[in-house]
Amino acid sequence: MTSLYGRRMFVNRFNLVMSMGTMVFGMVFLFWILATLFIRGFEALSPTLFTQMTPPPGQSGGLANAIFGSFVIVFVATFISTPIGILAGIYLAEFGKNGWIARSTRFINDILLSAPSIVIGLFIYTVFVAKFEHFSGWAGSFALALIAIPVVVRTTENMLRLVPSSLREAAVALGAPMWKVILLVTLKAVRGGVVTGILLAVARVSGETAPLLFTALSNQFWTTDMNAPMANLPVVIFQFATSPYDDWQKLAWGGALLITIAILILNIVARWVAGARTNLQ
Amino acid sequence: MSSAATASISLPAEPSAVQREPNPPSQRRTIPRWQDAVFEGTTRFFALFVLGLLLAILIALSIAAVPAMQKFGFGFFVTDVWNPVTKNFGALAPIYGTLVTSAIALLIGVPVSFGIALFLTEMCPVSLKRPLGTAVELLAAIPSIIYGMWGLFVFAPFFGDYIQPLLSKTLGNVWLIGPLFQGAPNGIGVLSAGFILAIMVIPFIASVMRDVFEIVPPVLKESAYGIGCTTWEVVWNIVLPYTKVGVIGGIMLGLGRALGETMAVTFVIGNAYKISSSLFAPGNSIASALANEFNEAADPVHSAALIMLGLVLFLLTFIVLAFSRLLLAQLAKGEGRST
Repeated sequence: MTSLYGRRMFVNRFNLVMSMGTMVFGMVFLFWILATLFIRGFEALSPTLFTQMTPPPGQSGGLANAIFGSFVIVFVATFISTPIGILAGIYLAEFGKNGWIARSTRFINDILLSAPSIVIGLFIYTVFVAKFEHFSGWAGSFALALIAIPVVVRTTENMLRLVPSSLREAAVALGAPMWKVILLVTLKAVRGGVVTGILLAVARVSGETAPLLFTALSNQFWTTDMNAPMANLPVVIFQFATSPYDDWQKLAWGGALLITIAILILNIVARWVAGARTNLQ
Repeated sequence: MSSAATASISLPAEPSAVQREPNPPSQRRTIPRWQDAVFEGTTRFFALFVLGLLLAILIALSIAAVPAMQKFGFGFFVTDVWNPVTKNFGALAPIYGTLVTSAIALLIGVPVSFGIALFLTEMCPVSLKRPLGTAVELLAAIPSIIYGMWGLFVFAPFFGDYIQPLLSKTLGNVWLIGPLFQGAPNGIGVLSAGFILAIMVIPFIASVMRDVFEIVPPVLKESAYGIGCTTWEVVWNIVLPYTKVGVIGGIMLGLGRALGETMAVTFVIGNAYKISSSLFAPGNSIASALANEFNEAADPVHSAALIMLGLVLFLLTFIVLAFSRLLLAQLAKGEGRST
């Protein structure tokens, strides 16, 4: 009896220690990656990073055009995906409910949420880039928008479902049409949550590299023309990091740090907005 | 005005426009509010847009892959030649690379995720729950290109210098699996790619596991504790059986992520179209082949073959993710029934 008891205690202790070990394992890699990124990234940080263009091999330069390009591409992608995502989310939560359209859309949306982003890039390439026969900033924005839409749809629907139906009923009882009820009452009640969804989608999209490879490509120069290939941080980082030139690799680390900091800030702001503005509870 | 208002109040569950479109206007309901009809139509249009996206992707890729299908037929999937010069393409090597790296990722990632979820739900002091949970989620927020750079510049050299020699000395002599761990330990290759993928899928699997572990009714756990079970016995015999559908769903979700992950793999897998008996050897996954080659593919057959690869990847992840969603939905339904 004691031996059985002892064995059970041992198995329990052993497995709990292993469990703690896995937590440590995860944290070690998190800090290892972040430490590498911050140490190498800060070495590369300098004012010229923001003022000079991406250099040819062997010369020093900055990332100004890539930072600007990334900003524009992500901004346009957000601008496209936000209304589409919110409207589709409204349909799922307010109109479709359990009809076949809503159920299948929900299912497909959840799959698109983790679909490989490189395939989305390939898709935009075949329907857009191949037709117009040139890479463009627009194509990059479209690809990123397709990745952002499922995130916005999901959070919008989840948030709207939190709204108690008494709120809707009260508005309807006052004679408000459904569209006013939804836009001015329910959506407004959860605007914090919806904004969180949008911010998370932006965070998700700003680090995406694969879908931009075949769409926006890259460009060595400052360009504001969305119809031409456009420099953007992820692709520049990819090209520079895999190059044999030290200057380029250093710039890649600088860019990587910028992107990660931007994404971390977006995540923190998103959590803060979710906590502060959703005044339902 | 008031009669119109009462008419639409009576249908919070089912708005009038749904039925009005196909059917002749019914007599009982008065004039529809056209604004509502327009609004609902707009939202439905965008929902259908999301729905149609999947079909559009399938159709567009299938059309673009036609030249490769015509030229290679089914043989595309069973040949491991990839030669842009002779225009001979077979998908076996990248498909093999995709499956093997994902398998390694799950082999390492699943036990670790389980441990993390167990720690967060059963052992962690309440004050640490949130910060540690957030830290694990942070792993998912880091863009994959950062994993790639870290993998190439920091992890691969470390892996090649310390871990791989250790593995060949120990596991390399074991019967049957020995050859997997032999070969030049240069850090880059299928095994390192799989390992980095494991770290990337841990946050996804762990957070699903944590969420499903938390839905186990406390009464169940408390009764097990009450008859003297240890924490491990409660988790292994009560929590895990109760949540197994959700746990499998979470693992499938991680698998779906691992299959399609591009940048991290592209940096460290070594970009070689060959199937090697050793896991230390360089290889290629579908995603990394696309990332490396698609822009350089000048020949139509070459790019069609790559698009075909993309289609295969999409179908593969679609099946895995659909399976995952069905399992998780089943769990959610069961949860609703039992409470």
